[in-house]
Amino acid sequence: MPELLIELLSEEIPARMQAKAAFDLKRIVTDGLVEAGLTYASVGAFSTPRRLVLSVEGLSAESKSVREERKGPRVDAPIAALEGFLRSTGLSKDQLELRDDKKTQVYFAVIEKPGRAAAAVVADVLDGAVRNFPWPKSMRWGTTSLRWVRPLKSILCLLVDEGGALVVDLDIDGIKAGNTTEGHRFMGAGRFAVTSFEDYRAKLWKARVMLDAAEREAHIWQGATNLAFAAGMEVVEDKDLLAEVAGLVEWPVPLMGRIGEDFLSLPPEVLQTSMKEHQKFFSVRNPKTGRVEGFVTVANVETTDHGATILKGNQKVLSARLSDARFFWENDLRVAKAGMGDWLLGLEAVTFHNKLGSQAERIARIVALGRELAPLVGALPDKVEAAAQVAKADLRSEIVGEFPELQGLMGMYYAREAGMDETVAKAARDHYSPLGPTDDVPVEAVSVAVALADKIDMLTGFWAIDEKPTGNKDPFALRRAALGVIRLLLVNGVRGSLSSILSKGYAGANVSELLIFLHDRLKVFLKYQGIRHDIIDACLAMPGNDDLVLLVKRVQALQGLMATEDGTNLLQGFKRANNILTQAEAKDGIEYSFGADLKFAESEEEKALFKALEAAEQVIGPAMKLEDFATAMGAMAQLRAPIDAFFTAVQVNSDNAILRRNRLNMLHHIRVVCGGVADLARLEN
Amino acid sequence: MFGWGVGIDPIGAVAYGRGGFQEGLSMSESVVPPRSFQEIILRLQSYWGVRGCAVLQPYDMEVGAGTFHPATTLRALGSKSWAAAYVQPSRRPTDGRYGENPNRLQHYYQYQVLIKPSPPNLQELYLGSLRAIGIDMELHDIRFVEDDWESPTLGAWGLGWEVWCDGMEVSQFTYFQQVGGHDCRPVSGELTYGLERLAMYVLGVDHVMEMPFNDPASPIALKYGDIFRQTEQEYSRWNFDQADTDMLLQHFKDAEAECERILAAEVTDKVGRRIIMAHPAYDQCIKASHLFNLLDARGVISVTERQAYIGRVRDLAKKCADAFVTTEAGGGEAIGAGVGGVPV
Repeated sequence: MPELLIELLSEEIPARMQAKAAFDLKRIVTDGLVEAGLTYASVGAFSTPRRLVLSVEGLSAESKSVREERKGPRVDAPIAALEGFLRSTGLSKDQLELRDDKKTQVYFAVIEKPGRAAAAVVADVLDGAVRNFPWPKSMRWGTTSLRWVRPLKSILCLLVDEGGALVVDLDIDGIKAGNTTEGHRFMGAGRFAVTSFEDYRAKLWKARVMLDAAEREAHIWQGATNLAFAAGMEVVEDKDLLAEVAGLVEWPVPLMGRIGEDFLSLPPEVLQTSMKEHQKFFSVRNPKTGRVEGFVTVANVETTDHGATILKGNQKVLSARLSDARFFWENDLRVAKAGMGDWLLGLEAVTFHNKLGSQAERIARIVALGRELAPLVGALPDKVEAAAQVAKADLRSEIVGEFPELQGLMGMYYAREAGMDETVAKAARDHYSPLGPTDDVPVEAVSVAVALADKIDMLTGFWAIDEKPTGNKDPFALRRAALGVIRLLLVNGVRGSLSSILSKGYAGANVSELLIFLHDRLKVFLKYQGIRHDIIDACLAMPGNDDLVLLVKRVQALQGLMATEDGTNLLQGFKRANNILTQAEAKDGIEYSFGADLKFAESEEEKALFKALEAAEQVIGPAMKLEDFATAMGAMAQLRAPIDAFFTAVQVNSDNAILRRNRLNMLHHIRVVCGGVADLARLEN
Repeated sequence: MFGWGVGIDPIGAVAYGRGGFQEGLSMSESVVPPRSFQEIILRLQSYWGVRGCAVLQPYDMEVGAGTFHPATTLRALGSKSWAAAYVQPSRRPTDGRYGENPNRLQHYYQYQVLIKPSPPNLQELYLGSLRAIGIDMELHDIRFVEDDWESPTLGAWGLGWEVWCDGMEVSQFTYFQQVGGHDCRPVSGELTYGLERLAMYVLGVDHVMEMPFNDPASPIALKYGDIFRQTEQEYSRWNFDQADTDMLLQHFKDAEAECERILAAEVTDKVGRRIIMAHPAYDQCIKASHLFNLLDARGVISVTERQAYIGRVRDLAKKCADAFVTTEAGGGEAIGAGVGGVPV
């Protein structure tokens, strides 16, 4: 069985695109091969900064020939039908066969598709793959009309079997497939020919290219940790950075350096961010002090001086960067120690949104709202005010100007420098949180109040000026803000009417519309946690649905009930009762809400249900008052047996009008008792 | 020690032929390290000149980057082949630091190369230029790191990299895809070297003002600071505090109006020659762009206005591009200067 080797060599592919590109190449080529009737045993895809590589093993040498018969029009059909058939089959009339069919004759087309050699199929498939490759961004170069992520330099395409290696005959816009490639840009020694994947991989290694990104990652990580270990240090793990760096080198050479003493006073996050963002350095920590004191950079070459020049250069760039950072930090400290007044003043000049005023105006709103929310979360209004005043001051700091991702965190450092309370400092750090469905939610009362006020001001503000998210457009990340509000309320068990909280936000927002948006986000959030949407709907239909903590408690209890057999059977019984009742109400034009009377109960089952309903009501009423949904639902589940027995024994629509009315009133009682817990009618079976 | 008149011969063997642009230097060929800022510039001029680029002079207007030179912006348009290299003094008023910051200047130099169509060995040619200025590939780590270039004021974008040498960005390498809203066909390859930064690295200097401008062994050795420290101070003050903003705003409007007026003018002149004034119009666009930068440095443009101003400059750039591609140099219908005209 032949083996297929493809290499697409180009100028440097962006690191972030490499893994997906290798995967796409695999998918597109193997799909194409299979669609053309070839089979294969296994496939591997690889990427380096300059190449995408595919190795297919156990490929069939040719596709099987296919014979297809297609039935056409009858011999006496209109000429147009025959013409259509000829067009669709691509045959001429004398190529068709006439066969007897019932009492007439029918045209048949017999189409023979001969098997194709693997080489021909591969050429077609690869040509299509290259021309239509799904790069996130592609380009033209020189005079070509071909697009690739960066100029495509050469194509290696080999079919290897016992007889040897065959170059697949393929020419894409003047790039002719061959059996050669080149190694490392600086350490390789020109082009070389290969005869198989094994040979290719071995020769690449000799030409200083590690083909497999996972291998490069492992090599980098091992090299980095060894270097750090030898110096009594440890590398700060960063998987994203590792993957990125592995996409920047074909032959990784980790080198470790020290951060100059002068810079060690900078907050570790500043060191780490600067090194990662600007230079793709790993941070190296002193395990004794916990401080970041060194770095590992990964070069792409082995040099005659064992990396000394490279390390020196990198160190120099780092020093320049960190000098900037220290300069910013020191300037910031001066402002911070003076109480951050300059920044707060400066925020008056920063527009938050041209219809929603400046950042300073926004802060004033957050302060006011935060004070209102303070009692709900158990915080002191004055503390919340103090925290909200300074939480965004760091937006004017020079460090945050340079590294926006450090907003909040720097606020914490500066609040401390300003001699503020630790709760205020933490609120500055945490008030942007949570930023997604899984990250940590603030739990300190002051932080919770400021975080809530921050997000509610955003939501009500943008609602008031009609800048709501639509479709996949959410430029102000309002969905994220809504999820933040939801998670803050739920995690901290913040009770109260969300509508009234929202109405204290930016004036002019349509609160009920915003509540619907929040409910929608809650549904998405709960669905993500495996809760059925109809269960959420059944609870949303209940009063008090703008108390999200209560709502979710109810949802969880109902989800629990519906997971039991009693629950699903009860639902059947409830729906049956509800349907009969609804039909009767529609027919008779009255509501059967007068209460059933035990004395008109004829059978034992009727009496039993009557009593069961009363018993359930005794339990459900107080339980609901205590918001003990589990108990209430448990009591409701007890109705399952009597309801089932009732429907088995009793015909509701009796000829006796009194009995019928009494029974309908009893069904109404079921509706009321169950309806007090959740709107079961909204549940799907 | 050597005195006046002793230096390097900038012209080596001719390194181009029918086959296209040739790299010339071999991988391992070691090069004598340069000793001054100007020597690095001279070596780049020599390197690209020898390889067949027209070595142009800087454009005689204030621009924010070498890309603004019409030899890049306009010549990247249309079907005609092109190869040019030049130094371009560039001004970024907001980057002024009164000559105090070791790495920031409001006036600095870029080295710019534009070749159309981009030759297949442009990366190798570029690496050859680094060797020529003394960067030894046996010792240094050169990397091409993704960086997509976009100029909102020129309505231009391209894909390419920033080039790192030992972790420092030393150049920008771009394949132009669009300029002035026009697709580039063929595609130009553009190289931009930040000369001060590159030279500081090659010369091992930590503060730009300390960098030898001419050979430190010259009879009158001049450092970068001897030439530019005072001007950095003067321009920083003018840019940030003194420039008359009402006047600048008026000039912006004037440049904008003149650009549009020139482009709207009758194609046929008073004696019947067909002359489209793409370049004079583009000068006005450059002016508007620089005036915008000055206004920005004076802090009189708000965040929301910013986008509007950028959009206005871009509109001009697009109109200039539209006009240029109808001229002879732009590969248009040969309706440029002189064709079918009346001899003077």
